[in-house]
Amino acid sequence: MQSLLDMLGAGFLQLMGLIGLNSDLMARYGLRFLDGVWVTLQLVVLSVGIGALLAWPLAIARVEGGKWTARAAFAYSYFFRGTPLLAQTFLVYYGAGQFREQLTALGLWWFFRDAFYCAVFTFTLNTTAYQSEILRGAIQTLPIGQMEAAKALGLSKLKAYWTIIMPQAAGIGLRPLGNELILMIKSSAIASVITVYDLMGVTRLAFSRSYDMEVYLWAAVLYLVMVEVVRRVWDRLERRLNRHLLVSR
Amino acid sequence: MSLATRIAAAALMIAAAVTGASAKDWKVVRVGTEGAYPPFNYIENGEIKGFDIDIAKALCAKMKVECTFVAQDWDGIIPALLAGKYDAIIASMSITEERKKQIAFSNKYYNTPATFVTTKDSKITDTSPEALKGKVLGAQASTIHSNYLEDVYAKAGAEVKLYPKIDDTHLDLVNGRIDALLSDKVVELEWLNTKDGACCKFVGAEYKDKKYFGEGVGVGIRKDDPELVAMFNKAIAEIRADGTYKKINEKYFPFDVY
Repeated sequence: MQSLLDMLGAGFLQLMGLIGLNSDLMARYGLRFLDGVWVTLQLVVLSVGIGALLAWPLAIARVEGGKWTARAAFAYSYFFRGTPLLAQTFLVYYGAGQFREQLTALGLWWFFRDAFYCAVFTFTLNTTAYQSEILRGAIQTLPIGQMEAAKALGLSKLKAYWTIIMPQAAGIGLRPLGNELILMIKSSAIASVITVYDLMGVTRLAFSRSYDMEVYLWAAVLYLVMVEVVRRVWDRLERRLNRHLLVSR
Repeated sequence: MSLATRIAAAALMIAAAVTGASAKDWKVVRVGTEGAYPPFNYIENGEIKGFDIDIAKALCAKMKVECTFVAQDWDGIIPALLAGKYDAIIASMSITEERKKQIAFSNKYYNTPATFVTTKDSKITDTSPEALKGKVLGAQASTIHSNYLEDVYAKAGAEVKLYPKIDDTHLDLVNGRIDALLSDKVVELEWLNTKDGACCKFVGAEYKDKKYFGEGVGVGIRKDDPELVAMFNKAIAEIRADGTYKKINEKYFPFDVY
């Protein structure tokens, strides 16, 4: 296994040499780039993961909620989808700084002091809004008869959602949710402006010392690799979860 | 030759073909500056002002060329010069070996030390790398200060946070996200005298290590324009000799910054 990885690593470096990537830069910043990828992955997995959990209740509130619950849920996604993520990130990071005393009194300052937590917090709020809209649409696409049949069988609403509505909605929403994940991978570059050393942050650091445009090329390749992995995983997921919908194959 | 330099070379050749052979005859010099670094260069009521700008105007007058100003974010200020967006950087840029690999510099037109700033209630008194181990230190990115923090303090165990603008760095010092910042002494002197800066104070020694802080601040110019470097050097010597420099210096600072 190890020798296979070594071979892959050597092959990668050779390939990079072939397209003319600077080996000097590679030696100085190569490892920091991998660190950056790791931070980016943490940002995306945490925010999209927590967002996925929060999006369900929000989507169901949009569909099932009474007048005020549904409106509150709508207002939430309206705000977070309607304003730039960059602005939201600045608002949380520098905004929290203005309320340092109050946050310290509440025992929350340790959280908002850290740029990484601020980024995860903002990204989670943002992606929750998008994911809840996707899921709301998916739930509403299902024929009304599904819920009626569940009621006729005497299932409680909770049980009907858990066993009948949610699995089907997840299947319908799968593609757009994959899209959202890919968008978040790229949007996470915004974290670099609030001093987080994600992939973009490391790239900017390397560029500021070397002034070599090539580092942006590396960053692009690494983002592409991440997106390609997601794309492949999603293809598999879709074939598996929506196999009843696939006519051919 | 790497791919990027090959592309850059091709772009330069095209640019040279378009602009023709007029490189020797300077009538207009476009000056790039940051516009977010008071008191050296800043924008007030939509107008670009400051020590750098006054010096630039004086130099242009001596060189008998017309100068126009372009504001450019700091982290792209060298690439934009190389891309031909302007012809000279007059933006408090220190002359360092690292930057000399990319661009040429005129002689220095000022030289001020770097120093740490911390909050008034801070317990930091010693600013050696050992004493600041475990502390969070800030600086503006792509500066001599950020390079120094990265190479000396980060290696000694401090956490280093870098910001796009010096103002963002100030904000996080006030907010308590960083324990101290490293910056130019004159810039900080100006800031400490503002309302926001009232929280904070200088701490520790002044830093002048040539390896990191260079030999002062010069005009940045593309390596292909040696005649422009010579023109700026001559003009700097002239304003130093005839008292123009002294006048500008006194307008901004009660001490000599040269």
